[in-house]
Amino acid sequence: MEEIKLIEIKEEILSDNKNLADELRIRLRQEKTFLLNLMSSPGSGKTSLILRTIAALRVRFRIGVLEADIDSIVDSEKVASTGIQAVQLRTGGFCHLDAPMVTRGLEAFDLTMLDLVIIENVGNLVCPAEFDTGAVRNAMILSVPEGDDKPLKYPLMFSICDVLIVNKIDYLGMSDFNMQALKERVTRLNPDITIIEVSCRTGAGIETWAKWLADEVAGFLRG
Amino acid sequence: MHELPVTQSILDVVLRHASANNVTKIHTINLAVGEMSDLEDEWIQRYFDYLSKDTVAQGARLKIERIPVVLRCEACAESFQVDIKQMEDIVCPSCGEKKFALISGREYYIRNMEAE
Ligand SMILES: Nc1nc2c(ncn2[C@@H]2O[C@H](COP(=O)(O)OP(=O)(O)OP(=O)(O)O)[C@@H](O)[C@H]2O)c(=O)[nH]1
Ligand SMILES: [Mg+2]
Ligand SMILES: [Zn+2]
Repeated sequence: MEEIKLIEIKEEILSDNKNLADELRIRLRQEKTFLLNLMSSPGSGKTSLILRTIAALRVRFRIGVLEADIDSIVDSEKVASTGIQAVQLRTGGFCHLDAPMVTRGLEAFDLTMLDLVIIENVGNLVCPAEFDTGAVRNAMILSVPEGDDKPLKYPLMFSICDVLIVNKIDYLGMSDFNMQALKERVTRLNPDITIIEVSCRTGAGIETWAKWLADEVAGFLRG
Repeated sequence: MHELPVTQSILDVVLRHASANNVTKIHTINLAVGEMSDLEDEWIQRYFDYLSKDTVAQGARLKIERIPVVLRCEACAESFQVDIKQMEDIVCPSCGEKKFALISGREYYIRNMEAE
């Protein structure tokens, strides 16, 4: 029997995905297309927020949407009905999107004609947090009915996002959701995160969100 | 969960290093995974056993070292380890501040392998 030797490897497990994500970011910079990765649990309001965002920003930016809802085209049809180009990714039951899937999905768009592409990631607070999609910014939605304790249960998701949208604030009066406690928990994990309270139902806070995103996109397009 | 693509990625990396080093059999693969990740060790091993059939990695054991979550206080720069299950009441042990940067706990790393 041959001798057992120790072979040093020292590599990131997801380095392939990370490299492809970095490549995609470089390409998007050249194409001047801002990619936003929107994540949340199922039903938190991703599609609703995308529809609100389209309504608020379509006069300013040329927008496209990449839908990754598990085996359903309901969401992409909703978006397409606004006249905005929506591409449905077949994730085949996958729990997240990774950079190769996003790269393939983006092939359906003419990126030179778009300023902003929003990804509706798979509804899940665990897996999408681990996979860099190549997006310029990561956003997540937490809706009031989910509770203010979610940062304790899904710390990684809260720590990788640039912005947290707290949706369904029209439910605040009917629940014991503690906004202050939520903000403290989130800031502990991620001191740089921006937190924006909205209701996609009433439209409250949408202007603040649209302004945040518009500033980010405009800054990116200026280079 | 995403144990399957992660496991595939581990296998790809070790096979690349195996062929570069003329390895005929891999015995152990040593991984470092941050406590922020909730990969299940048991599932990783099961998927690995399945994916590595008929390769030099068949039968290899995955040893996963968990890297603790370490935060650094934004106010006084003190670093300290925290229990991921008790993120609720964290305050800086030296100055009482509540804003931190994450220093470790998100690793996903293949250290080395024992092979012949
Ligand atoms: N009351 C209230 N309901 C909302 C709000 N935003 C969204 N909803 C409702 O919540 C439900 C889910 O919203 P969606 O936008 O489909 O959520 P989603 O995250 O896209 O859901 P999936 O794609 O299925 O994961 C719908 O019935 C929405 O009408 C809100 O601010 N307040
Ligand atoms: Mg949706
Ligand atoms: Zn301190």
